[in-house]
Amino acid sequence: MVESGFYHALKIDSDKCFGCTHCMNVCPTAAIRIRDGVATIRPDWCVDCGECMRACPVDAIFVEQDDFDKIFQYKCRVALVPAVLIGQFPEKVTEAEIFSVMRELGFTHVFQTEHTAGIISRAMVETAREVEDKPVISSFCPAIVRLIQIKFPSLLDQVMRIKPPIDASAVYFRKRLEDEGIHPDDIGIFYITPCAAKIAAVKSPVGEEQSPIDGVINMQFVYNKIYKLIKSRHETSSISPGEMLPLLSPGSIKYSLTGGEASRMEGRCLAIDEIHNVIEFLEKLEHDEIEGVDFLELRACDQSCAGGVLVGGNRFLTTERLNKRARRFEGVSDIPGDIKAYSHFMANNMDIGLLEPRSMMALDEDMGEAMRKMQQVRHLMCFLPGIDCAACGAPNCQSLAEDIVRRESQLSACVFIQRMMEKHSKLSGEHALKIIEKIWGKNRLDKDCKKKGAENEANMER
Amino acid sequence: MKFKYEIEGGNFSKAGNASSAVKKILKQLNVPPATIKKLVVALYEGEVNVVAHAWNGCIYVDIDPDRIFVTIEDEGPGIPDIGQAMQEGYSTASQAVREMGFGAGMGLSNMKKNADLLNIKSEVGKGTTVEITTLLK
Repeated sequence: MVESGFYHALKIDSDKCFGCTHCMNVCPTAAIRIRDGVATIRPDWCVDCGECMRACPVDAIFVEQDDFDKIFQYKCRVALVPAVLIGQFPEKVTEAEIFSVMRELGFTHVFQTEHTAGIISRAMVETAREVEDKPVISSFCPAIVRLIQIKFPSLLDQVMRIKPPIDASAVYFRKRLEDEGIHPDDIGIFYITPCAAKIAAVKSPVGEEQSPIDGVINMQFVYNKIYKLIKSRHETSSISPGEMLPLLSPGSIKYSLTGGEASRMEGRCLAIDEIHNVIEFLEKLEHDEIEGVDFLELRACDQSCAGGVLVGGNRFLTTERLNKRARRFEGVSDIPGDIKAYSHFMANNMDIGLLEPRSMMALDEDMGEAMRKMQQVRHLMCFLPGIDCAACGAPNCQSLAEDIVRRESQLSACVFIQRMMEKHSKLSGEHALKIIEKIWGKNRLDKDCKKKGAENEANMER
Repeated sequence: MKFKYEIEGGNFSKAGNASSAVKKILKQLNVPPATIKKLVVALYEGEVNVVAHAWNGCIYVDIDPDRIFVTIEDEGPGIPDIGQAMQEGYSTASQAVREMGFGAGMGLSNMKKNADLLNIKSEVGKGTTVEITTLLK
């Protein structure tokens, strides 16, 4: 079944994008092509991992986000803050300060994402005991869930159908506020996200009708706001007393770091971070090459959420700070007292629905037709040079051949094929240039001394 | 549609490459994920068998819309008693191979479980041919 209309958080600013190949070369699902001088993302192949955004040399890839003022549509404005937000600030900045700044920004309530991590991981341990088909794969990382849907559909049944703490916490805090007498329509829950994938997951949820989260705020935006406010405050030395939040256990503080889940599960558990590493491992897992593993924690970013594409601070320092913070909270209960009172409610509200395959590898739905197309691809590969230079606007020769068969490109897009065609007088130099301009944009090959690395790169005229 | 992959005996770091390549093709051909998984598990077992026991070998894959037919052919010691080799837990793998995590003696029986049809021919001192058929309809 082919679904369409997937929402993606990653967008390309066509004014800033000058058409290079950086994003296209790092995309783990080969979802990017260059057309008319700018990068384009294939919506049905993109998993919102954000690797393209990291690789872009001119910040042309950005995350589409909710307007911050959207929070004021609600009377009760809840900020759901993950531990990695706190981990980005230098140690002298206290959690209490950070949360009080959140309130000053306009939130009426500030809650911690990992508040439900203890009860979720207990449910995961219990569920994993019952499962025969091992390893069980965590559903924590939304980019990984999408990756499995697209590239590894045969492993979908092994993905644990338990909400990650982010969603479980949203459900829990909403319920508590409703029980306090607040009208459901007045509650707006906003997640401060370190990644693009969670934005996409909220806008078009997987395995759920509707996300329990009402909006997503880019962590970079909040980071800058907090930094500015704290900075001005330190200068005037009028530190507000801040507020106290329920303490998190060390395990909850470290939950979103690499090993945060694997260290809590039973049996042989592995934690793998960075999406290309995950793909390499899942390839092996898919043909039963990996044996005897009980649980897999898979995260798309290096250093997990500390390395999220919207995390402003250095990922290693963020990890270090959270580990230090966790040590200070030794002895704090893994399941906070207030949650224990809601354990029955939580037990009934932590499942996620069926995860549908979104396999986009197939050349055609019909197998006979797919075979015909594959034959064409193989035939085209006889002519393409195998240099994988990407000058055709596709990441490699194989992708170009597949694009041609899908009627999305043509053989003459290859600059080496062009040379051969010119040699046999099948293509004029002028025509060849037109083809190149179609891919790389008009006047793309004209002299331009302001481009990155050129003579006048930094010499901006006033 | 036909494909051929060569297997190098004794090179465990490359064991699985042919299975991966076949898997990618089957995904592109829109073969159902459960069918791919079964075939690739059987194929991987076969590939590892060649790497572990034989001197060299070849995998031939023949795909049509009704069925996938895989032949794994090797030049190697052969199997003296196929019936015995089919039993779960029976293994002739050396200690060194077992230490690498291979050779638990589940290979042929696991292949049988994951193939719609399995046919083994072997000649001692010459080699073994394993045929796996996976029905698509």
